[in-house]
Amino acid sequence: MKIIAAIEHVIKKPIWDCQMCGQCVLHDTGMTCPMTCPKTLRNGPCGGVREDGHCEVKPEMRCVWVKAEDRSRNMPLLPTVWREHFNNLRPPVDNRLKGDSSWKNAISGRDKETPPGWTPVAEAPEAEAKA
Amino acid sequence: MSRLGELLDKGDELIITGEAPVIDGGTLKDYEAKLAELAPWCDAMNATDNTAAHAHASNVAMAIAMQRVGVEPILQVVCRDKNRIAQQADIMGVALHGVENICCLTGDDVTAGDEPEARRVFDLDGPQLVRLANSLKEGRYLSGRKIDPAPSLVIGAVENPATHPLDYRAQRAAKKILAGARFLQLQICYHPERLEAFVAALHANGFTDKCAILPTVVAVKGPGPLRFMDSSVPGISVPVETIARVADADDSAEEAYQLVLEQCQHALALPGVRGLHLTDFRKDGSISRLCADLGIRPRSERESRANDFALAN
Repeated sequence: MKIIAAIEHVIKKPIWDCQMCGQCVLHDTGMTCPMTCPKTLRNGPCGGVREDGHCEVKPEMRCVWVKAEDRSRNMPLLPTVWREHFNNLRPPVDNRLKGDSSWKNAISGRDKETPPGWTPVAEAPEAEAKA
Repeated sequence: MSRLGELLDKGDELIITGEAPVIDGGTLKDYEAKLAELAPWCDAMNATDNTAAHAHASNVAMAIAMQRVGVEPILQVVCRDKNRIAQQADIMGVALHGVENICCLTGDDVTAGDEPEARRVFDLDGPQLVRLANSLKEGRYLSGRKIDPAPSLVIGAVENPATHPLDYRAQRAAKKILAGARFLQLQICYHPERLEAFVAALHANGFTDKCAILPTVVAVKGPGPLRFMDSSVPGISVPVETIARVADADDSAEEAYQLVLEQCQHALALPGVRGLHLTDFRKDGSISRLCADLGIRPRSERESRANDFALAN
């Protein structure tokens, strides 16, 4: 199984700077890896984004979520269902999956498992809730 | 139930929260004196969690201290310093002492503080923490383990209406509201049009009925703190003309006061805003003047009038 993880890493690292969290949500986040955010935020940008749209922690880097939001709306060929998933409340990361192949975990459904006490929210935030 | 929780249930009365000063040494008596200026005006005050990534007396200790001196605390919980196990322990720990109000934040990064070499945690993010607190309220830990009796929690969060991506901020706030946040303390905003657009988007979609929106206003005394916030506080930008207005005035302290008053009036006039979150950098008695100018009475008076009203009806 390690060979699948190795192949995934070789492909995804150069393109998305994949961090191998083993529970990939790239498709829901405008094809922008949220694990490259210094705070590894999976549910949108923190309140520390700079006036120029750059990262609080790494001033030279454009905020991962500013990029993700922009791409989720404007990237051509992105399936509508992926765009619609952008606002979903993504559950806490399962740290046991780090280094594992997310492809394998997507096929087995392992990446969808959440802690028993976690309840998904009933409705996704309204897409119209933007200014 | 906490006073904040009761006010949220009522759904119409003004809510004033305040930022309690941090504790770096001293006794409970010293702390009581530090709270004296702002506390009488606030329905509840934030027991902050290592603000701006600087170590202080802990959020939990601060909340209990506030409880002991008769000030209703809001336990701030940030994601920077602790993992999900410790965060649950803190919330359950203060619940044991009767603290019900919880405010969930992602938190500033360690690099914003004076120990930037520290390890950052961020096991959860802000919206996930709101959902976690909601699980505790419903009587179970994240593991699914039962909590009986479940703690009575009043869950809130924060959002920054003033920074990028601007169009997305209201949606992120909505995400937290849907996850269980009943109040949102907003980051101080020096761009009135951004605050307006943010609140209007939430109001238009009915989110302000589910959640009390509390914009922050920082009482500053001159251009110094404005320059500091602009240059050093992540996510805050202060327009040059705003700084110049205060810096170039004959009486900077008075001009700063007028700016703060205008910010409060502007925020309170927006449909969907339930109240204010006050931070006092002036420490010169201005909060009393500010509340008088805004027609806001002390908590004790608002409380007793609300009781009279309830009895009469």
